[in-house]
Amino acid sequence: MKREVPLFLTAVIGVFMILSFFVPHQVVSVPGQFLQLTAVIVVSCGYVLGGANVLRVNLDAIAKQQPGWIYKLVLVLSLLATVAIGAIEGSGFLDPGRRSRWIYDTLYSPMSATMFALLAFFIASAAFRAFRVRTVEAWWLAAAALIVMIGRVPIGDALTGFLPPALHLSSIQEWIMNVPQNAAKRAILMGAALGVMATGLRVILGIERSYLSGED
Amino acid sequence: MSPLERLARLDRRWIFLMMGILVLIPLLWPLKMEIRPTASSRTFHRAIAAIPDGATVLMSCDYDPGSIPEMVPMTRTAMRQLWEKNCKVVVTVLWPGGPGLVDKVIEDVAVADFPGKRYGVDWVNLGYKPGNEAVMVLMGQGILTAFPNDYRGNLTRSLPIMQRARTYADFPLLISISAGYPGTKEWVQQVQARFHLPMVAGVTAVSAPEFFPYVQSGQLVGLLGGMAGAAEYEKLRNESGDASRGMDAQSLAHVFVALCIVLGNLVPRRRAGS
Amino acid sequence: MRLLASEAASRQDDGTTPGRLRGVPRSRITEVPLRPNVPATRGWGLVALLLLLGSAAGRLPAAHAARADSAAAAADTIAAPAPASGLVVTDVPNDAGRALTLQWKPSPDDVKGGTRVVGYALERSETPAGPWTVVDSANAGITQIDDSSPDRGRDYFYRVTAVGPGSSTPALSITGPVRATSQWMNTTRGSVLVSIAVFFAFVLYFMASAQSGKKPFVRRIPGVDAIEEAIGRATELGRPVLYVPGILDIDEIQTVAALVILESVAKLTAKYETPIRVPVTYPIPFAIAEEMVRSGYLAAGRPDAYDPDSVRFVSPEQFAYVASVTGTMMREKPGAHIFMGAFYAESLFLAEVGFETGAIQVAGTANVHQIPFFVVACDYTLIGEELFAAGAYLSGEPRLVGSLKGGDAMKIAIVAAILIGCLLETLGMHGFKAWMATQ
Repeated sequence: MKREVPLFLTAVIGVFMILSFFVPHQVVSVPGQFLQLTAVIVVSCGYVLGGANVLRVNLDAIAKQQPGWIYKLVLVLSLLATVAIGAIEGSGFLDPGRRSRWIYDTLYSPMSATMFALLAFFIASAAFRAFRVRTVEAWWLAAAALIVMIGRVPIGDALTGFLPPALHLSSIQEWIMNVPQNAAKRAILMGAALGVMATGLRVILGIERSYLSGED
Repeated sequence: MSPLERLARLDRRWIFLMMGILVLIPLLWPLKMEIRPTASSRTFHRAIAAIPDGATVLMSCDYDPGSIPEMVPMTRTAMRQLWEKNCKVVVTVLWPGGPGLVDKVIEDVAVADFPGKRYGVDWVNLGYKPGNEAVMVLMGQGILTAFPNDYRGNLTRSLPIMQRARTYADFPLLISISAGYPGTKEWVQQVQARFHLPMVAGVTAVSAPEFFPYVQSGQLVGLLGGMAGAAEYEKLRNESGDASRGMDAQSLAHVFVALCIVLGNLVPRRRAGS
Repeated sequence: MRLLASEAASRQDDGTTPGRLRGVPRSRITEVPLRPNVPATRGWGLVALLLLLGSAAGRLPAAHAARADSAAAAADTIAAPAPASGLVVTDVPNDAGRALTLQWKPSPDDVKGGTRVVGYALERSETPAGPWTVVDSANAGITQIDDSSPDRGRDYFYRVTAVGPGSSTPALSITGPVRATSQWMNTTRGSVLVSIAVFFAFVLYFMASAQSGKKPFVRRIPGVDAIEEAIGRATELGRPVLYVPGILDIDEIQTVAALVILESVAKLTAKYETPIRVPVTYPIPFAIAEEMVRSGYLAAGRPDAYDPDSVRFVSPEQFAYVASVTGTMMREKPGAHIFMGAFYAESLFLAEVGFETGAIQVAGTANVHQIPFFVVACDYTLIGEELFAAGAYLSGEPRLVGSLKGGDAMKIAIVAAILIGCLLETLGMHGFKAWMATQ
């Protein structure tokens, strides 16, 4: 029963949600709406499980004073403080002037933006290190990459402004993005969509059941 | 050791430093390169211009502080264009880290350029709700059902703006400003396809190519891609915002990356960590 | 007829009257004088505020604001508009009985630039004699609107009232009874239903065929073969294996595929006695990842070697997760990095930092915008559907392998449909394209 019940539920709900795309009748749409609401609630409740794991792992490391335990202590204290502040402030969470707003504006927002900004540096180092042209196809790829990169910014038109409009780097990059790039992307998207459907079908039919734990 | 071999052993921090300098200089001393709007940006601008004056529009700002340079200029410029037309704007944010940022961005636009605009009358921030696509579908059953309270804790049913914004059918346009998942793709799949709500999108540069098929099929009637798209939009609106100022830096950064590709092919290959 | 969004947008460029941005034309009057059952007389300068009552289901139709008194005086001098006519009410198809479409002929006074007609009020009653309730309104020039507030299965009567600056004129007749009904099938999605049925038929056929002994050939996927090589290298170096199952939640199929592959990877690490580290972003994939790793160790006959701390919940916050994982890479220096699942901006981060540690890296994602970063920075990359095929490929189970062939068969069908569609469009026959377009 430990495996059969989840498999049965997966099959029934999976088929039902597929049906809801085709059947607008309230017999299907009303329970479908209920299931959507239920999914939102289940996802929210899952955060309790995750938070408990963070505390368990890090408190254990702090207690054993494993290498870097100071940082784990900072993590746990930050987690508890933010949760406590959020709980105290309730519906006023992130209102201007609140402590949670200070955390958001002073810590979360700058750190998040900084991490994202680091990508610019990594792109340059990856381009220098790894973009090797060894085959004819790689030459085409490199040429297209250079045209698109330069053509996408104002400097591209500044460099080729003296040419007819059709030969401006911006025009060529637009053609590359709209025609060959689009065609290849559509093909990959279709293949990936088929993969998604096949995997979903395997899960619904219970053929892909390893996520349930244990052996067959 | 030859110069190329020396270059092959170059500590990557020199590359980081060069990139940092090339981005910083034009921010301090603008080069003022001319920005030419593309067809994609023009359709985005035109789609918003075609909205009837005074209509209520749905805008989903699905991003967080990591995407500020690309997403915030789009949001600001779109809000200005909408408020010039006296449109009302219902804002949702499907990223947990986003509501505070989006609230501030829109409030700043109101304070700076439209002091007469009032929260709850001219705009509302419905805030964040977990569930991703499930929230989008739930909104199709009724916006008030999905968001009984707004981001600031008000009962949405009591807000004047929400009297005319009950279902997707009440909006002439959906504007999706999105940095990833959940975002534009999910709005197209769950809302545009099911409810036939006309839609425009502003997305990050890296994900913009993914949405060109949707533009060609007509599922998106306009698309802004990255900071370049935001700069083009500002240009169409005769504004000079953060995106326009950032394009000089982006231009030099792109040239530098192109140079890195060329130089990288001239140096012998090495394996890191060895 | 419902307009496509692209057609609606392009019509605006022709300078036609705006207000039809979508197939169902809609416009909101923010301030309009409305008064039901008012005869068409001169001299009305009436200000009225109508409050619309909600239905039993709690759906509140739009409320209309009233015009200021100061405008009423000017409105007194304009004659009442001629009535609208020809109201037709039809059930909105393909829904759960929640809407009716109202179409009418405009008032003869509703002309471009005219002032005698401000708009129309749509009124509804359950009996022909009233009482009438205004359920919606439309600007002048609009002749179609949807009423989304009727109760399912109940009969209603409608009338349209032409509204002028100072007065209003109901239509000379009412329309009804009409009823919003549910449909059992969304007929516009027939093509999707057929496509899904064909696809499922292919997959089920080849799965059954594989199970009966005719296991299909699957080409080598170098990235999948490289997983065992990567784990072997980590074992030689005496370092752990880092497995990153993407950054999205369990509702993303890529995460499901990544977790399926994790079981095979865990089985290999158990067999080679190599530690595994699995940082996870969301709680539900975290719970499933624990089960997968435990299951892998069990399958390898090493349940005692399973370390409960090998799977960790980190954070759903993208860059917090990246900071944690890259920190793990720099501190523990795993010998192999396996990135499988849905990735976004952090893909280059992970791959580039991972490269600097000298680990062998295998990646797989169906997020096409991140594939270039993995291709550049990793040793092997699974592109698109190869990620979904990897689980079947690794397990070798006939039914799973058979499903791959079903997908391939569907691709051939899609190519055929594209070619047929292009040919028919070229010949000017648009039926196939119209059938394929869903709503």
